[in-house]
Amino acid sequence: MTFDWQYIVDVLPHYKTALWLTLKLATIGIAFAIIVGMICSIIQYFKVKVLSQIVQVYLEVARNTPLLIQLFFLYYGLPKIGITLSGELCGIIGLTFLGGSYMAEAFRAGMEAVTKSQIETGKAIGLSNLQLMRYVIIPQAFSYSVPGFGANCIFLLKETSVFSGIAILELTNTTKNLMGIFYKTNEALLMLVVGYLIILLPLTLFLTWLERRVRHAEFGN
Amino acid sequence: MLNSGISVLFEGVNLERLLLGLLVTLRVALIAVVISIVMGILIGIIRTSKSKLVQILFKLYLELFRIIPILVWLFVIYYVIPANFDLNLSAEVVALIVFSLWGAAEMSDIVRGAIISLPKHQTESSKALGLSVSQMYRYVLIPQATKRCIPPMINLITRMIKTTALLTMIGVVEVIKVGQQIIEVNNLEHPTISFWIYGFVFFLYFVICFPLSRFSRKLERKWAT
Repeated sequence: MTFDWQYIVDVLPHYKTALWLTLKLATIGIAFAIIVGMICSIIQYFKVKVLSQIVQVYLEVARNTPLLIQLFFLYYGLPKIGITLSGELCGIIGLTFLGGSYMAEAFRAGMEAVTKSQIETGKAIGLSNLQLMRYVIIPQAFSYSVPGFGANCIFLLKETSVFSGIAILELTNTTKNLMGIFYKTNEALLMLVVGYLIILLPLTLFLTWLERRVRHAEFGN
Repeated sequence: MLNSGISVLFEGVNLERLLLGLLVTLRVALIAVVISIVMGILIGIIRTSKSKLVQILFKLYLELFRIIPILVWLFVIYYVIPANFDLNLSAEVVALIVFSLWGAAEMSDIVRGAIISLPKHQTESSKALGLSVSQMYRYVLIPQATKRCIPPMINLITRMIKTTALLTMIGVVEVIKVGQQIIEVNNLEHPTISFWIYGFVFFLYFVICFPLSRFSRKLERKWAT
């Protein structure tokens, strides 16, 4: 196996652009996914009528179908009934749709971990439901669910590789294109692996650190 | 207008072809699942060993499959091996290799987690009773660990089935690819066809994965102690 290093230097700018695009889409998607997930799990926590059933259906559909099909449906299917979305927007929506359900699961586990005594004490000192949520449950639940969120972030970042199916020029698709033009498969794939490692290795380390940091919000620490 | 697309689904052999495509998907998933369960259990048991070298080696193997996306693995094996080692692998074989390796890595983590989560006195008392190592695994550890393994294993199987959607990207003619072929043939006459075909494939995946994940949740609740 030989590598043409000069070629790698030449295509470096393409990978830089692709890396940023991957990061950008993933960040936006993950941020929305966390918001959607938290809203869903709060709805389910309070068992809001009708809404919680809708959320349940959403969670099952999102968790039991592959992202690639969700994206194909958004990108190729929806325009035929009059809804046209750009590739990047499809990617973000797809990632949010998929990620929201996973984040909801993580946050639900976090909320269930908040002890009963905490909630009862909050009620006893006269907090309203909203205040109870805002000052007692959410802060603790958030710190409990950080490990879950972290694992999901890594999972969703990896899922962005699927975006190559709908013509978004992120890392995987850029690699595919470069391979098609120059036939330098070894070099292109090496850069692809390196690209993901550049994003994911620091993220993994950061999340391990973060997990330890947020522990202070937990009751009893 | 909207109806014209859905009618194509039931025209001629279209539905049959889609279902045959689904069989290809499921065949890859099934073989990979069987291989990864067998390999996963073996590696999982090996990973409970005290040797640091063994632990680090297998941890590295697991992390490689966790950090690098499966699609990238598929591309790497699919393009690198034929180009450098003069070995022709069909896309389906590549898929089987990648899915088995990935599945085995994840399964081994589940198995290892289940074994080391068993209370220590189980091992100690079986040693005190004079069981040999193989008897200890056969009669004490494996039966207890199995209960803890099965729900996460079913979850992993659902994930593997969902991930088979990626096979279309390396050119395996499975359910999505067949869907695309049907779309290409009918696109001019029935513009809404892609909505229906992709919607139908979406539905197919859901129909397969939903019962599995329900089942695993049920077992999890039933066996929770």
